[in-house]
Amino acid sequence: MTVRKNQANLTATEKKRFVDALLELKRSGRYDTFVTTHNAFIMSDTDNGERVGHRSPSFLPWHRRFLIQFERALQSVDASVALPYWDWAADRTVASSLWADDFLGGTGRSRDGQVMTGPFASAAGSWPVTVRVDGRDYLRRDLGASGRQLPTRAEVDSVLAMSTYDTAPWNSASNGFRNHVEGWRGVNLHNRVHVWVGGQMATGVSPNDPVFWLHHAYIDKLWADWQARHPNSPYLPATGTTDVVALRDTMRPWNDVTPADMLDHTPHYTYDTAA
Amino acid sequence: MSRITRRHALGASAGALAGLAVAGVASAAGPSDTSATSAPRAAAAEPAAFDEVHRGRRIQGAPSHHGGHHDHGSGYQVHIDGDELHVMRNADGTWISVVNHYETFATPLAVARAAVVELQGATLVPLALA
Repeated sequence: MTVRKNQANLTATEKKRFVDALLELKRSGRYDTFVTTHNAFIMSDTDNGERVGHRSPSFLPWHRRFLIQFERALQSVDASVALPYWDWAADRTVASSLWADDFLGGTGRSRDGQVMTGPFASAAGSWPVTVRVDGRDYLRRDLGASGRQLPTRAEVDSVLAMSTYDTAPWNSASNGFRNHVEGWRGVNLHNRVHVWVGGQMATGVSPNDPVFWLHHAYIDKLWADWQARHPNSPYLPATGTTDVVALRDTMRPWNDVTPADMLDHTPHYTYDTAA
Repeated sequence: MSRITRRHALGASAGALAGLAVAGVASAAGPSDTSATSAPRAAAAEPAAFDEVHRGRRIQGAPSHHGGHHDHGSGYQVHIDGDELHVMRNADGTWISVVNHYETFATPLAVARAAVVELQGATLVPLALA
């Protein structure tokens, strides 16, 4: 059974096996297909048009399915691997073990943002950035970009307290839990973390940085935590809504999975703490 | 002009979506948008064109009523040194781009200037296909 753990509690062996599985997916070309898929959705999901992966109610079930697919790919390399999650409200500085040389490596150098340490540094030769929007082929970061702060626990709790899943107009202007988690409105959780990391994580090709998966694994856990706090609050919208994925509509690109199929994560994995 | 562009990478369905989204721009533009010009009424809520040099890069922006495929809902095109920067307009009238996709800016000019800073001199390229 897959157990997703807080990255701060991984053993040295667990970190190494996770990193090695990432590097093998990259070497085989499979990793970059995930970057391509994400960027295609992020550029086509619009507030006034069809929207599936982002700025819409299906942001959470879409990324849950996306992460399950990625986790299965990792497990095809090493069956012992599970996606860890990064609680950025707790591990909120560049001194976190997340950014150490034996895990994701640190921030970029000032001159060009290039990550110089860890297994994903360009000089290590194993992490060419090939799905990109500009000419730079090396992983970049600017942790704490422009003096920003990661969300606090109190800010997370304020969003978890929202009892309505999502509201019309079902986009970046919506009130409710989903859009506050995503960050287009209010204290800004998910979006702000992308900006805090900087580099490719701040762009449409954000899965080029492996921290993408740990960030979204925590966003996914927050959804589970929210469900536990609000057991009577359903996914919305329940029925047909133009351009929006309702509860029992299928989601692209898979076309065989609905938000209703994704509401319970426990058939696929559990967390190291009770949700 | 034969190179592969992002719109090709996205495929025909995304292009069709963009057409729908462009149609929605006028109704989505709120009263807070104060950049109205003497343009026809349907375009009155859209930001004005710009053309300037920012930190050594030429940045240009203009409404794009007939492009359809390029703008995915923005109704507006931005270029840096002649290469298209993919931009998108949010429901509240703010803007993002493919190189600053999780941070909103008040105008296309602001999103173009932010992209110049982010690029640190790098050239935009069409989406690389895996």
